[in-house]
Amino acid sequence: MAENVYILGITMTKFGKHPDKDTVDLGAEAALGALRDGGVTMHDMGILAAGNLMNASSGFGQQLQKQIGQTGIPVYNVANACATGATALRTVIMAVKSGEVDMGLAVGVEKLAGAGLLGGGGRAKSDAKVWEPSGRFGAVTPTDGRIGTDAMPGTFAQVGMEYGHKYGEVSFETFAKISEKNHAHSTLNPLAAYSKRFTLEEIMNDMMIAYPNTRPMCSANCDGAAAAVVVSESKLRTLSLEQQRRAIKVSASVLTTDPYEEACQILPNVNTLTRNAAKIAYEQAGVGPDDLDLVELHDCFATAELVHYDNLMLCPEGGAVDFFESGAPWRDGSTPVNVSGGLQSKGHPISATGIANIWEICHHLRGEAGDRQIEGAKVGLAHVIGLGSACGVHILEKSAV
Amino acid sequence: MTDTAASAQVPLVNYLVLGDRPHLVANQCTNCGARFFDRRNACASCSGTSFEKVDIATEGEVRSFTIVTLAAPGVPVPFVAAVIDCGGTSVRANIINTPPDPDHVKLGMRVRLATYSLGTDDQGTEAIGFGFEPA
Ligand SMILES: [Zn+2]
Repeated sequence: MAENVYILGITMTKFGKHPDKDTVDLGAEAALGALRDGGVTMHDMGILAAGNLMNASSGFGQQLQKQIGQTGIPVYNVANACATGATALRTVIMAVKSGEVDMGLAVGVEKLAGAGLLGGGGRAKSDAKVWEPSGRFGAVTPTDGRIGTDAMPGTFAQVGMEYGHKYGEVSFETFAKISEKNHAHSTLNPLAAYSKRFTLEEIMNDMMIAYPNTRPMCSANCDGAAAAVVVSESKLRTLSLEQQRRAIKVSASVLTTDPYEEACQILPNVNTLTRNAAKIAYEQAGVGPDDLDLVELHDCFATAELVHYDNLMLCPEGGAVDFFESGAPWRDGSTPVNVSGGLQSKGHPISATGIANIWEICHHLRGEAGDRQIEGAKVGLAHVIGLGSACGVHILEKSAV
Repeated sequence: MTDTAASAQVPLVNYLVLGDRPHLVANQCTNCGARFFDRRNACASCSGTSFEKVDIATEGEVRSFTIVTLAAPGVPVPFVAAVIDCGGTSVRANIINTPPDPDHVKLGMRVRLATYSLGTDDQGTEAIGFGFEPA
């Protein structure tokens, strides 16, 4: 029987602008914070998994070791789009679950403040005066903007619009209201990059990026890091009562990719792999959507949050709009979603996101979330999706000790 | 030579077939029928390695769209990016020849393939792009 695994220590830095800190500084702050939170040191770690997408080939994990402890343990530098943080965590969880190590550290960090539009553009637009076919489509010039869009806002806008076509049109206003919720939630999160409440009118009248997503309905590029220490159950039982009491059980840890289906190479299908991950996760954890006290899902755009209500089975198939309109995903609703403010307001330092959302859940399950505490939270789910695609779903439970 | 060069055309992508009746062509897996527009190593559905060319319907229905107003440098905006259901085969394309706003572009709208000039290069070759316009 594989080992049960727990989060022993976890932390996230303030998300936002950190002009005085480089990638390693932010990663070190999160890593040392997670070790301190767990009452352990680098010398207790058997594995390090590190994610930093913007410098994915730089050996970020080893750079981090050079600052916080070169103990000779294996480092896995991982890159999996917006699921990079979840992939780092899952890598450590697999190592602990297999029994190869009894403790490990996962770190995700990104410096994105001031970064513009992500995705899109393709190869540099040249002034070449000869039409020369190249690439897998034999294109004579970049196709972004000529054959659809390669950029994230328009891609995820189409994901939301497609849901409307399939189940009944979703209004611009409904999508904007989702963003209104997350910005309102963020006012209680001191670590959020933005914590300003917007009115619905302000959101709808802001700059349009890709209809129906206006600027506040898009995830916020920012700097940030998050890190987690994972421990096996047998090791945890040798630690102090206080460590055992604060440890959070990882009831499910799942990573999926997008299986082939018609149209999936035309518009990325972010639905099936999320639904698959959720199904496996609920089964692993032995819980259902109704048992969840809170959910942090990948609201990279307001249009994405809507479809994931359905994909995570928080509502009956096709019922995402009714679910939202019922007030369920507000923090005082039946299934609070993104009480952190979500990616739209807390921010989205890509590789940090898949650990930061776990931190948010752990924070509530430990009863340490202060003003935004969801009272009595016992079970939570964290979801991320990286386009391409990769989906991570983790279900976490309050320690029974 | 200048005469023939002046009349030469090249499609924006190699799955656009020009001529009297411009249309798109896909690589269809001979084993499972999955259709792809790019050069293939194997089938993403069944891993088969045998493909045949099939013509794609030139009329279809808008299954999803967005109106892009902010894009990477060099990409002219606004434009309408869409997924078109062409008789059961999904196609990625822009909606063209209609104002790019939600009053003129609708989910479920019937559209048809249309081509347009992307300009002529130094050798006199004209590149031809495609989009879908209201039918
Ligand atoms: Zn096949």
